[in-house]
Amino acid sequence: MTGTLTAPTPRGGRIRYHRVLFHVTATLVALLFLAPIAWVVLASFRQATDSLKPPLPPWPTDGFTADSYVRLQEFGQSILHYTGNSAFVAIGTAVLTIIVSVLAGYGFSRYRFPLKGLVFVLILSTIMIPFQSILTPLFLLLAKMGLQNKLIGLVLIYTTLQLPFSVFMMRNAFDAVPKEIEEAARIDGMKGIAMLTKVMIPLVKPGIVTVGLFAFLNAWNEFLAALVLLTDQDKFTLPVLMTAVRYGRFGSVDWGAVQAGVMVMMIPCLILFLILQRSYIRGLTAGAVK
Amino acid sequence: MIEANPSDEAAPPTPRRSRKGDWMGLVYVLPAIALVVVFFLVPLGMTVWMSVHDWPLMGNPRWIGLDNYQRLWGDGSFWQALGFTVLYTLAATVGLMSVAFALALMVQSEGRATAFYRTAYFLPVVTGFASASLLWAWLSNVDSGLFSPAAQMLGMTERRVNILAEFTPAFWSVTIMVIWKMAGFFMVIIMSGLQAIPADYQEAARIDGAGWFQRFRWITLPLVRQPFALALILCVAGSMLAFDQFYIILNGGPSNQTVTAVYKIFNESFVSFRLGYGAALSVVLLLILLALSVIQLRLLREKGADK
Repeated sequence: MTGTLTAPTPRGGRIRYHRVLFHVTATLVALLFLAPIAWVVLASFRQATDSLKPPLPPWPTDGFTADSYVRLQEFGQSILHYTGNSAFVAIGTAVLTIIVSVLAGYGFSRYRFPLKGLVFVLILSTIMIPFQSILTPLFLLLAKMGLQNKLIGLVLIYTTLQLPFSVFMMRNAFDAVPKEIEEAARIDGMKGIAMLTKVMIPLVKPGIVTVGLFAFLNAWNEFLAALVLLTDQDKFTLPVLMTAVRYGRFGSVDWGAVQAGVMVMMIPCLILFLILQRSYIRGLTAGAVK
Repeated sequence: MIEANPSDEAAPPTPRRSRKGDWMGLVYVLPAIALVVVFFLVPLGMTVWMSVHDWPLMGNPRWIGLDNYQRLWGDGSFWQALGFTVLYTLAATVGLMSVAFALALMVQSEGRATAFYRTAYFLPVVTGFASASLLWAWLSNVDSGLFSPAAQMLGMTERRVNILAEFTPAFWSVTIMVIWKMAGFFMVIIMSGLQAIPADYQEAARIDGAGWFQRFRWITLPLVRQPFALALILCVAGSMLAFDQFYIILNGGPSNQTVTAVYKIFNESFVSFRLGYGAALSVVLLLILLALSVIQLRLLREKGADK
């Protein structure tokens, strides 16, 4: 808890006292922010009878058990099935977003074509329009295309929603690559798509990770579109399934199962974030600094 | 032709000139254009088109002109939803911006301890609204939750209060959840602005004898205005579109008092299946949001100019 901060001006004891006070406050606030997460992590391992009682204390008083997770199997298909749905949607969105935005970013950065400026502004400006306001026609459109209740329909919509951010990120990433590198590769006989995949992509990898990470997390967590567009229970993603559990659509409300479900939804996000923290923050501040 | 101007630090590379290149570029961009057209522009046009129709789920749509908009004008439940959304936006924005600003000031310096605090404050952001709301629904539950039993145990209330059964505690429970979940997000945006302030400014002011508050008021605040404005716009837009938390934690209750604008559209379109009317509500909400963003951007630009 002592000064890993670089002290501005040494003013003796007063500064030291201030710093201790700062760290105590900051640590307390940190505990406050982490508490709800810690609470659900611990409570999810309690016995079925315990989960009817208030989580005071949150940890299991008579032995850890994975019962709550086992009970999740009883809702609809197994929880693995719904986790699979969510994973398909999230990974699908990440992959498609990466492909589409890398191509577009490269095109915008390295080529000149008619109406380029207009098209770029058009793609970016979709961020101004909330997708909630176009949900009703999307519902009809997917039905017409035969994509209603298909996870792939959700993937296409989520990818579209990611495009303004992702195309902007990738365009900037390609712009930052000096053109001398391409020149050299061209002399070596590289061209077309090989230039992109063999030479350029390795150089914009950080941008790709950021774009993919945001696409994955947003698709994994999205609720409203999934709720509206998926009516077939087999196709539910985790947020839609767990909301049904929370409202007792499968019988009485099982809070233990809700806690376990929250864990299944939350843990992958937390792990991904902790591993790729740098890429995440880079994406977040990309817009803020400009 | 308008050149899309890269604002990155590297000099923009000269685009290739060849005739073939003219169309090659478009080929690369085509998938993105296709997605935006099919899943964004077409539905956007359809929203407007549907809003002038009586559009049931089954059966044929019927042109009714501006009837939907007329009806909306006299629809008390829509204005109530909008009013509630504004109230929530005010509470969430004031709460979020002040907490986020305070957190940003706390974590702006570099160091191992601050890096830990930063991560801790940010962690709820990545959990997603659905999981955070489910978690909160449990914590706010009267029997097996945390808040009311804890309040009772600490002697703050005599009996266990059902937080979610009455408007005021339910409203604040959700608002506090949102502050908990989103403060870290705005903290990072504001922090990036704080870190961009050159250290010599603060140093010079300190040497001139400016105290902490003076430096904050005359250096930090004016220089952090731009990222702060960005955070503000994102926060207002996000709150005006709130749905997940009110659907998952409160189901719009107690007695439909926490139905937000998006929730109302959801109910009209996907519960009552009045798709045309839902579309009209969407158009109105869209216009309100665009107006809000334009006003905020204006304010930011004017203030940016007079410095």
